[in-house]
Amino acid sequence: MQPLPSDLEAVKSLYKEKYGFSDAEDYVFKARKGLDERGVAEISHLKNEAPWLREYRLKALHVFAKKRMPNWGGDLSAIDFNNVYYYIRPSERSEDNWEDVPEYIKNTFDRLGIPEAEKKGLLGGVGAQYESEVVYHSLQEQWTKQGVLFLDPDSALRDHADLFRRWFGKVIPVADNKFAALNSAVFSGGSFIYVPPGVKVTVPLQAYFRINAKNMGQFERTLIIADRGSDVHYVEGCTAPVYSSDSLHSAVVELVALEGAHIRYTTIQNWSNNVYNLVTKRALAHAGAFVEWVDCNLGSKVTMKYPSVYMVGAGARAEILSLAFAADGQHQDAGGKVVHAAPDTRSTIVSKSISKGRGKTTYRGLVKVERGAERAKSHVQCDALLLDPESVSETFPYIENEEDRATLTHEATVSKVGEDQLFYLMSRGLPQVHAMNLIVRGFAESIVKEMPMEYAVEMNRLIEIQMEGAVG
Amino acid sequence: MAMDNTFEIRDLRVSVEGKEILKGVSLTIRKGEIHALMGPNGSGKSTLSMALMGHPLYSVTNGTALYKGLDVLGLPPDERARQGLFLAFQYPQTIPGLTVSSFLRMAVSARRGLLVRANGDARPDGPRRPGQDLLPVKEFLRELKEKMAALKLDSSFMSRHLNDGFSGGEKKRVEILQMALLNPEFAILDETDSGLDIDALKVVAEGVNRLTGPNMGVLLITHYQRLLDYIKPHVVHVLMDGRIVRTGGPELARELEAQGYEGFRPSADGGEATHATPA
Repeated sequence: MQPLPSDLEAVKSLYKEKYGFSDAEDYVFKARKGLDERGVAEISHLKNEAPWLREYRLKALHVFAKKRMPNWGGDLSAIDFNNVYYYIRPSERSEDNWEDVPEYIKNTFDRLGIPEAEKKGLLGGVGAQYESEVVYHSLQEQWTKQGVLFLDPDSALRDHADLFRRWFGKVIPVADNKFAALNSAVFSGGSFIYVPPGVKVTVPLQAYFRINAKNMGQFERTLIIADRGSDVHYVEGCTAPVYSSDSLHSAVVELVALEGAHIRYTTIQNWSNNVYNLVTKRALAHAGAFVEWVDCNLGSKVTMKYPSVYMVGAGARAEILSLAFAADGQHQDAGGKVVHAAPDTRSTIVSKSISKGRGKTTYRGLVKVERGAERAKSHVQCDALLLDPESVSETFPYIENEEDRATLTHEATVSKVGEDQLFYLMSRGLPQVHAMNLIVRGFAESIVKEMPMEYAVEMNRLIEIQMEGAVG
Repeated sequence: MAMDNTFEIRDLRVSVEGKEILKGVSLTIRKGEIHALMGPNGSGKSTLSMALMGHPLYSVTNGTALYKGLDVLGLPPDERARQGLFLAFQYPQTIPGLTVSSFLRMAVSARRGLLVRANGDARPDGPRRPGQDLLPVKEFLRELKEKMAALKLDSSFMSRHLNDGFSGGEKKRVEILQMALLNPEFAILDETDSGLDIDALKVVAEGVNRLTGPNMGVLLITHYQRLLDYIKPHVVHVLMDGRIVRTGGPELARELEAQGYEGFRPSADGGEATHATPA
C-alpha cells in the first residue's frame, strides 16, 4: 500500500484555493506594528471609548507585559509580539445591510459562502468580522422584537453600556493568563449577545472571523449572557490566508448562563497553518443551567484552547466536546476544564483527536470538584487516532477532587488506523484516500453529529481537505 | 489465453512474513461456475483469498491471476474491486462511526465508476459539489432496502455502524449484502459459513444462490461440507499445505467428509498422496 499522503504543500494548496486567498489591503486605518501604551490608547480613542475602558486596556497591557509566557503546552517561542499588527480597521462602520459592505470584503465572504446560510433562513443572525472590526451584523426581527441583542462590542458599549460593563471581564479577569491580558488590552470586534429571560432562540446565531493581512493579530471579544430560562446556540467559524509569516489569533470568550439557561457554543476553527491560535473560553453555569462547548480545531500552527465551565449553582451541567486534527507540522493542544462548585452538578468531556504525518495532538483537561459539591458527577473520555507512524498524541488529564461524595470516571484510548480496516474498505472499491477519510470521519462522528446539518457537512469537507493532501 | 469470462490463477506462490504459505496454486474459474475450495486449518485457504484481493501483508512471489486480460495481482485492492472482484471476509472489520448506508453508497458509487474510473483515475469533472460523485440518495436507498429485505436484514442496519456490535451472523449477512450491491463478476467467499447457526446459514446460502448465475464465478472457501448442502458447487478442490492436491466434482466433498483430510496429505518426499489422482 502506498504511504499515506502527508504532503504539507498539497494540503496547503487545497486550503489556499478554498480559503487561503487574500485581498489587496485597502484599509481605513492600519496601526503600526508592535505593542505599547500609545498603540493601546489609540485603539481606545478610535473607538470613542469611555475612560473606564481605556484604563482597563492600559492596565491589561501592564499585566500582559509582566506575565510570563506559559512554559507548558505548545511551542510559542517563535511569536514576535513586535511583529504583529494589533489593529486594522477595514471599513468605516459595521453595516446591517449586506449590500453596503465594501465590495472586496463582500466578495471574500461570498467566496467563503458566509451569507448563503443566512439567505436560506437557517440562521437567526449573522456577524462577519474582517481583521479587527465587525463589518456586517444582522439579527432577524423575530428576535429583536423579543429583546435579544446580537451586536459587536463597540455597538454594545454605545447602546447598552451598563449591561455590557456589568458582565465584561467577570468570567475571565485580565490577569487570568498572558493571552487573556493581551486580549483585554487590544480587543476589537467579536460578539455581544443578550437573551432575555425565557426567550428561546431556536436557530443558531453565527459569527465568522476572517484574517486577511500578513502578520495580523486578531483579538475579538465575545460575551454571551443567557438570562434565566433562556436558550441560545452560537456558532463561529474562522479562516485566514496562507502566508509564510505568522499571524496571531487570541480571543477571549465569556459565557454566563443564568438559572436554568442553556448555551451551546459551537466553533469550527479552520485557520491556515501560519496562525497561532491562543484562545481563552470560559462559562459560568448557574443553578440548573446547561452549557455546551462543541469545539472543533483544524488548521493553525499551534492551538492552545481549553473551553471551561464553572458550575456555580446546584444542578448545573457542562458538556465539552473537543475535536482536534493536527496535520503535518501542527500542534493542537486542546481539551477542557470543568469546575464543580455546587452540589448535584454534572459534567462530560469528550475529546477526539486525530494526528497525521508529524502532527501532534495533546489532550489537556482538568476536572475539579470543590468541597461541598456533593454528588457531583464527571466523565472524561479521550480518544486519539494516529494516522502515521510518526504521528504523536499525548494526554494530560488532571483531577482535583475535594469531595468524597463525587463520582469521577475517565477513559482514554489511542488507536492507529489499522491496515486491516483500510484493506477492508479498499476491497470494496474505495481508493485509499476515501477509505482513510471514512475511517477518520467515523472516528469524529460522535462529535460532528452534534452540529447542525450544514455545519456537519462543512466539517466533513474540512476533514477531507486535511486528509486529501497529495491527491489530485 | 485468459478470456473475459474466466478467472485464471496460475502457479501462485504467496509468502507471509517471509514464510511461504501457497506453494504454487493453479485454478481456473469460468463465469457461471461455483468452485469449492476445501482444506484443513492452516492449509492456506485464507491466504489465497487475501492474496487475490491484494492484502499488503501477503506477498506474491510468483504467479499470475488473469482476468479481462489483466493480471490483477499488479493492481491495488480497490482497483481489483472496481474491476469486479469481491471477497466476503471470514472476519469482517469493524469501522466505528461509519454507517452501513453511507459506506455502501460510496462503495457502490466506486464500483459503478462514479467516484473514480475503474482504473483508478480521478474523474475529470472540475470542482466537485458534495455528493456529485455519488449515486443519488433515493435511487441508492431503494436498491439498498430491497437487497436488505432479501437478506432478512432489518432496515435499522442502514444507520448502524459498520459491523460495530454485530453478531457473527449479522456480519456475514452484511458481507453478502455488500456482494449483492457491488454485483461482482468473481466472488470469493471465505468461510462464510463459520460462526453461523443453521437458520443464518440458510439465509446466507439463499442469498448467495440468488446472486450467482451465468454472469458470476464463485470460489467458495470452506472447512466443512455443511455449506455445500446449501450451495451446490460444480467443482471441488482440496488444498493441503499450500497446494491443490485433488480436484473433482461434488462427490469429492462427500469423500472428504467421510474420510477426513489426512488421506489427502502429500507424502513427505513432496510427491502426491496415493489418493490424489488427478480428476
